[in-house]
Amino acid sequence: MVIDKIKKMSEVNKEIEKNQEASDMLIGKWIKCENCKEILYKEEVHKNLSVCPNCGKHFRISSRRRIAQLVDEGTFEEINADMGLKDPLQFEGYEKKLETLVEKTQIKEAVKTGIGKLNGQEAVLAVMDGNFMMGSMGQIVGEKITLAIEEAILRKLPIILVCVSGGARMQEGIISLMQMAKTTGALMKLNEQGLLSICVLTDPTTGGVTASFASLGDIIIAEPNALIGFAGPRVIEQTVKQKLPEGFQRAEFLLEHGFIDKIVQRKDMKKVLSKLIKFHNQKGSE
Amino acid sequence: MKKQMTAWQRVTMARDAKRPKALDYIKNIFDDFIELHGDRCYGDDKSFVCGIAYLEKMPVTIIAEQKGKTTKENMQRNFGMPNPEGYRKAVRLMKQAEKFNRPVITFIDTPGAYPGMGAEERGQGEAIARSMFEMSKLKVPIIAVVIGEGSSGGALAICVADKILMLENAIYSILSPEGFASILYKDSSKCQEVADKMKLTSYDLQNFGIIDELIKEPKVGIENDFESVTAKIKTILVKQIQDIQKLTTSEMLEKRYEKYRNM
Repeated sequence: MVIDKIKKMSEVNKEIEKNQEASDMLIGKWIKCENCKEILYKEEVHKNLSVCPNCGKHFRISSRRRIAQLVDEGTFEEINADMGLKDPLQFEGYEKKLETLVEKTQIKEAVKTGIGKLNGQEAVLAVMDGNFMMGSMGQIVGEKITLAIEEAILRKLPIILVCVSGGARMQEGIISLMQMAKTTGALMKLNEQGLLSICVLTDPTTGGVTASFASLGDIIIAEPNALIGFAGPRVIEQTVKQKLPEGFQRAEFLLEHGFIDKIVQRKDMKKVLSKLIKFHNQKGSE
Repeated sequence: MKKQMTAWQRVTMARDAKRPKALDYIKNIFDDFIELHGDRCYGDDKSFVCGIAYLEKMPVTIIAEQKGKTTKENMQRNFGMPNPEGYRKAVRLMKQAEKFNRPVITFIDTPGAYPGMGAEERGQGEAIARSMFEMSKLKVPIIAVVIGEGSSGGALAICVADKILMLENAIYSILSPEGFASILYKDSSKCQEVADKMKLTSYDLQNFGIIDELIKEPKVGIENDFESVTAKIKTILVKQIQDIQKLTTSEMLEKRYEKYRNM
């Protein structure tokens, strides 16, 4: 009797395992929209530029996908692709963490930079990547962004800075902080040359990135509902000891308060950016 | 002997209520200080004290983050945590300094920019970014002096300078040790151990080449022999400004750009 029971149990377990496998497969192909809770077919979402077809929520996307969405096929030429791995403070466990991340994400740092065409309009792009330490800005990120701005100055091209960042990279301490001044200085130089800078703020853009280049573009665009701010919502709530109202620090809130020029949906982003570049072309190119 | 102090001990000293604050430096180093108020936009941020004064016989503009020494003073000064209008007041007066060809001297002492709701509504990030942006092209000499707590973007916002001076027991860091510990270890009580790893002392900053002069503090405590410190700072300020003034404006700006470009 006991043996029978055990046999039965193991069959049940096998059944559960089978179901688990099946649901894992399902999870692989389906995702749940964190906003409207609708279960969505992944491929459908990707085809829709990673925007929920049901409620319009803009999901976070990798720099690779972002570039594919913005740049004409076959025109993107990456620069400084191999820069990565700096540990200026010799911070415990940091180098190992970076190595693991490089392996896992298959990207070297939290920003990809290069030159490409948007509907035929040439520009330098710096596209941040939230999959790599939440897009935080350390020395390599700051350096790559600065080099991209300098490339724009050299080629007399506009720069497009697509931002997603949790802010400064803690493990790089004061060196990370200095990247704010460095990137700001580079943008100042670009500005003196009469060249165009456009910032595209995506969810989330906070901390040291908001308090430097992300706030300094000639034109600042945001994706719908993107969280944009200096201090994170949790820190503010702890400071003021109250819950933040719905929509606080969202793109629509910033538009209302006069800190961004425009909210643009992902499906229109390439069109709007290329139009803006075209407007400024007479001055930028000789 | 003080070199053997732990980083956390220096954090404590940098924050000590008895430690001289910006107004004490202003009073001892400069003559005829006249405070100027307001950002012409929203309000007057009292965590910033700004104005004009003489350094020796030279008119200069002073931009200073001001903490209080008592709770009452600190309430008034918002504990030295500026709102956007503070940075905008600073920018307004820096541009005024440029117009009248006055060197700018900044004093840094803040736990960070204020993380409040109003600050976000009025664009704290933009205010800090704009201040750095304007400083990076301001056509007069800028000297920054880190006197106490130099924490995060709230400090850097007025620390884009030709030369940076730092008091021996001041700190300059990406964030407060409490904030740092809470982000990396989800436990702000680990702040004492992390302070050392953060490399935030004047000696660390000197090693990184971020600061240009480390100003030693008297062994009896800075508040007990303050005149000797301010006399030293005054001499350095005069000398640094004279040196910078030997450069052409474009040489000065290029050097200032390179300073941060290399970090």
